Amino acid sequence: MTSAEARLKGAVTARGQGLHLTTHQREAVVGYLFLSPWIVGFLVFLVGPMVASVLLSFTQYKVIKAPVWIGLANYQRMFSDDLFYHSLRVTVTYTAISVPLGIMAALGIAILLNQKIVASGVFRTIYYLPSIISGVAVAIVFAWIFNFRFGILNYLLSLVGIEGPNWLGSSRYALSAFVIMSLWGIGGTVVIFLAALQGVPQALYEAAEIDGAGSWRRFLNITLPMISPAILFVLIMGVIGTLQTFTQAYIMTGGGPANATLFYLLYLYKNAFNWFEMGYASALAWLLFLVIMACTLLMIRSSAFWVHYESGKEGGV
Amino acid sequence: MARSYGIRHRRSWQRVARDAVRQTSIYVLLLVFGVAVMMPFLWTLSSSLKPAGAGIRFPPEFIPKVVVWDNYPHVFRLIPFAMYARNSVLVTGFAVLGELLSASLVAFAFARLRFPGRNVLFLVVLATMMIPYPVTMVPTFIMFKLIHVVNTFLPLILPPYFGPAFSIFLLRQFFLTINPELDEAAKVDGANELLIYWRIIVPLSKPALATVAMFSFMANWNDFLNPLIYLSDNSMYTLALGVNFLRSFRGGGDLSLQMAASVMFVAPCILLFFIAQRYIVQGIVTTGLKG
Repeated sequence: MTSAEARLKGAVTARGQGLHLTTHQREAVVGYLFLSPWIVGFLVFLVGPMVASVLLSFTQYKVIKAPVWIGLANYQRMFSDDLFYHSLRVTVTYTAISVPLGIMAALGIAILLNQKIVASGVFRTIYYLPSIISGVAVAIVFAWIFNFRFGILNYLLSLVGIEGPNWLGSSRYALSAFVIMSLWGIGGTVVIFLAALQGVPQALYEAAEIDGAGSWRRFLNITLPMISPAILFVLIMGVIGTLQTFTQAYIMTGGGPANATLFYLLYLYKNAFNWFEMGYASALAWLLFLVIMACTLLMIRSSAFWVHYESGKEGGV
Repeated sequence: MARSYGIRHRRSWQRVARDAVRQTSIYVLLLVFGVAVMMPFLWTLSSSLKPAGAGIRFPPEFIPKVVVWDNYPHVFRLIPFAMYARNSVLVTGFAVLGELLSASLVAFAFARLRFPGRNVLFLVVLATMMIPYPVTMVPTFIMFKLIHVVNTFLPLILPPYFGPAFSIFLLRQFFLTINPELDEAAKVDGANELLIYWRIIVPLSKPALATVAMFSFMANWNDFLNPLIYLSDNSMYTLALGVNFLRSFRGGGDLSLQMAASVMFVAPCILLFFIAQRYIVQGIVTTGLKG
């Protein structure tokens, strides 16, 4: 028997013995096997890149040459980088306006749809339709709609006697154009709110009506508290997503005019893939991460004051 | 007696009138907003049939006087639209397949199998949804560059095969609603986990799987940032890049051509949406409420 054969035989016996697993052990092995795609992906596409990203943020790395360790220089650079501040301000301003506006508009439409009306399904479909074609096509179409001289928006405004601004061509109005465009895509939020509204027990309204509460009171004291978990969810998702705005800005304005729509992710992208500042881009990414985490924590913390959870009913997963 | 009846009668009439006004104003509002939402769609469609130069004419026409069907074939002559479409179908097809397979396997583990650390790991899955993509974007690009697969479809296709968190979450929630007695019965009959997954859970989860497939399709078909980062050769462009490329192309700056290309680009999404609408709405609601 050659040593290789012996090793093989040993391995086989070891494996044979290994098969005498208790039921629990066997279950665990099978469990991890099913889980393995995620475990691999978690390590290769998340933990690994995150560690690499931290390290890269302490280096200067222009791809053609090996990374050079420069300590905190990238982070120091950020604080003297006007465009960094500017892009952060643009992004936060846009988020602070478009997310609350979108939530209010979506809630309004969801309330309308929740009334006893015929063809509510048709309306729901119409409102939801824009959210399935987010991205490139929307940006191209809206670039024409916002056209200063030939766009239909300014044409419609001219019909009611308003002279429309040069939406995408003026640093004053460009961000407003993006807000208007974001309102077009609130259909997903409408659907979530509609489901939440339908989940409010009708008995609560009946009881309130007997007590003489008007419709505004019922809205404030019943509807809002009852759907507040949905509002929190939509708010958090909206803020996280909006802070990462990219495609619209890349296509419609390229960040202009005069950097008025230089969104944070667009600036990060330009650093990484136009100027090959991989180290600086990584540092920028971590700052975005911190901003997103801080906002998320703030929203979750604040929810104790305004989100109503039914006692005795387990929230969350 | 008669008097009080009269008051009640008048009140009910007031009520009917008030309800009618209310009802009408709801419809008017819904219609006005609905028209506003539909306007970009209709305008895109009508503009795709306008003659060349219609984009720089004022006032803009809503219904073209002359219908020019040739804008559509013209897009194919101007840019390799069919090749972009093929690329998009390849990338999206493989990505959707990978996402369905991996997410359902992992979700099955979380919903049905017992192993140490299951709850903690599930919380980790949820936590990963919070991590913004830009954090991993740069190192992931460098990683793919180091193994020389930049400018191939691999960086776009591979990640979905490794358990995208959102789909895992969605499917796990659905699997939990399937009666576990079905598994138990199969187990008594000697079925192993793989068989239970494939023969019981998957067939019973078609609505949830359809939802995941739809979301994955929309995300990959419309994805712009990743193709922009990874695909540099024009022959590798997906439709998202190609449609944008048309704008910068000589002769492609025309409104009607861009709209024709956009219509063809979004048509599959809209078509699929109408086929699977029921599932999708259900899916949003499940994830939205249980998140």
